[in-house]
Amino acid sequence: MPFPIEALLFLFLLATAVVIARLRDLFAAAMLTGIFSLLSAGLFTLMDAVDVAFTEAAVGAGIATVLMLGTLALTAKHENQQPTRILPFVVVVLTGAALIYGTLDMPPYGSPGTGPEPAAGNAVIHHWVAPDYIKGAEEEFGLPNIVTAVLASYRGYDTFGETAVIFTAAVGVMLLLVRGRKREDEEQAPENSR
Amino acid sequence: MKTPMRMREKIVLRVVAQACIPFILLFALYVQFHGDFGPGGGFQAGVICAAGFILYGLIFGLDKLKKVASLRTIEILVAAGLLLYGAVGLVTMGMGGDFLDYKVLDHHDPMHGLHYGILFVELGVGITVTAAMLAIFYAFAGRERG
Repeated sequence: MPFPIEALLFLFLLATAVVIARLRDLFAAAMLTGIFSLLSAGLFTLMDAVDVAFTEAAVGAGIATVLMLGTLALTAKHENQQPTRILPFVVVVLTGAALIYGTLDMPPYGSPGTGPEPAAGNAVIHHWVAPDYIKGAEEEFGLPNIVTAVLASYRGYDTFGETAVIFTAAVGVMLLLVRGRKREDEEQAPENSR
Repeated sequence: MKTPMRMREKIVLRVVAQACIPFILLFALYVQFHGDFGPGGGFQAGVICAAGFILYGLIFGLDKLKKVASLRTIEILVAAGLLLYGAVGLVTMGMGGDFLDYKVLDHHDPMHGLHYGILFVELGVGITVTAAMLAIFYAFAGRERG
């Protein structure tokens, strides 16, 4: 039974989240967000979502932590003491309760969705295009990794759009934060510009 | 950023980083080109590749990293990856298929065409993601405090 290890990971996840919220030391908080991502990646692996776990480990635990540390180098190391406010706490609790209420309608975790009709407890997603994708990836593509077949071919247009989003984000960051500095660099050292 | 200046003097970090970086980049290439048979793909490979470069930048300083991958190179690569993706779609149209219909890429075996298409498309994603991550890192790490 795979339950205990998942419960343990969730427990660690919860503990990490609480500690991050309570910490005033921003350096430790940044490192703990990395650990939070790593624990999430472990959970995704247990759910057989290896590609998602991969992304979470690389982006969440790797790049995001580095970027946060880079930001920390520009700001203070400690968070200022804030007076305890009750309204944000109530909003957060209500939002969390609404999200948990939403999950009650979802099919049980790991529900296979057997049978042709989306009956109660059967995940709708298993009755729509997913069976075609799962069969097609093997027969039509000969690819063991269904995720790649879906991303690059079945949903190739969407991935093209996502790549365009990443491109747009990079262009935005460069225009806003890098471009002005580059011109200063060129004035100082023109031979570096090529 | 102040930290890399201090890190550059730490010999253990430098030696370990030098030993790790080739393997990180090799692993990124593995994830990139083995993505259709194992976990991973262009996005993950791009992030891992960028992580290798960023590690180099953290340990040896931003100036040395900019000698390896200048801002101009990054700017070109961000666009090149997306253009490669789009170009695959245009090529498939030129060969008589729909946009991103990879089957027409190989006349003998449509399955090979699919594999070529996925390979190039994922490469495009990988290039754009690597360059975008490095651009964001440059934007943060290159700023002075104040």
